[in-house]
Amino acid sequence: MSIFEYNGSSLVAMVGKNCFAIASDRRLGVQLQTIATDFQRISKIHDKLYIGLAGLATDAQTLYQRLVFRHKLYQLREERNMKPETFASVVSALLYEKRFGPYFCQPVIAGLGDDDKPFICTMDSIGAKELAKDFVVGGTSSESLYGACESMYKPDMGPDELFETISQALLASIDRDCLSGWGAHVFVVTPTEIKERTLKGRMD
Amino acid sequence: MECVFGLVGDGFAVIAADTSAVNSILVHKSNEDKIMILDSHKLMGASGESGDRVQFTEYIQKNVHLYQFRNGIPLTTAAAANFTRGELATALRKNPYFVNILLAGYDKEIGPSLYYIDYIATLHKIQKGAFGYGSYFCLSMMDRHYHSGMSVEEAVDLIDKCIMEIRSRLVVAPPNFVIKIVDKDGAWEYAWRETIKDAGVAAA
Repeated sequence: MSIFEYNGSSLVAMVGKNCFAIASDRRLGVQLQTIATDFQRISKIHDKLYIGLAGLATDAQTLYQRLVFRHKLYQLREERNMKPETFASVVSALLYEKRFGPYFCQPVIAGLGDDDKPFICTMDSIGAKELAKDFVVGGTSSESLYGACESMYKPDMGPDELFETISQALLASIDRDCLSGWGAHVFVVTPTEIKERTLKGRMD
Repeated sequence: MECVFGLVGDGFAVIAADTSAVNSILVHKSNEDKIMILDSHKLMGASGESGDRVQFTEYIQKNVHLYQFRNGIPLTTAAAANFTRGELATALRKNPYFVNILLAGYDKEIGPSLYYIDYIATLHKIQKGAFGYGSYFCLSMMDRHYHSGMSVEEAVDLIDKCIMEIRSRLVVAPPNFVIKIVDKDGAWEYAWRETIKDAGVAAA
């Protein structure tokens, strides 16, 4: 079993009309055994920037702590929040620093940039950025997620429709993946509000 | 094979661990205490490589004491758990400690809490958890019988059920167990569950 599949994870982010949604599963496992069913994979960097970290949970926790540290320093120096594009570059640089001893994580970044234009991106464990206009996926069920998102996605969805789409795509994929599951966390972020919802899927 | 398991009850947290010190097929002793009392209101049950276990838990205990001496107030359970995770994470890519930890504590405002810390420094706050081959039996037993707000009697009854399962179903089951509790009055040894008593040294 690959080290990326040790804990099990699934992540997806989608772009809507002046909003974005980011969703993850809730399982924390150790290979075949489930340890917890309430694990948070998506963390807030600031009100308009979220990062989800798929892959090895310990590296996700370490990386998140380093990123929060970097962002807090940036806030102190620049007296403003980081733009999502800038943050993606910071994540990419941090990951490439460990090129020959990497963090076993796959980040999924979603935010609202200048003029509240939605921004999403993902990268591999050594920081190769992939900017997408529609959706990005990560984790053990990523192949399934690619298929589900491709068929369900359409551009310029409003927050409610985006929530439905991302939820259906994620649940369909994690319900077929033994290493992800136990429900889902979905964040839908617009310029004015952040809605966090928890979904119930196949609870196995 | 070493078993450590624990759960959170109504105003207390309890940890149970087996007490055999084993080297390959030889049992050195059957009354090895693997649940360290970190400070007045914290318990650290550890399982894994014996040298690492003793070294690492003593290191954490001394650092927890040092913090209290330097700052005049004790660490919260969450802070101690994060400190422990930090030490494991820093050592992970240099000289890893093969120790799995369940850290239970009681804080005045927060109440009881239990933290799961993997040997690769995965940290998660849980209500019930277990490590080792015994976890395959304990986790299922706890899933069936655990509910939040259990009394001490109910919790120890559940612990005993888990010990019965381990004894009857695990091929090289450890004979003896120790149970420790932490609540508002402190951390203390509740009971031993012995089936084999170490023979005393014969008089010369």
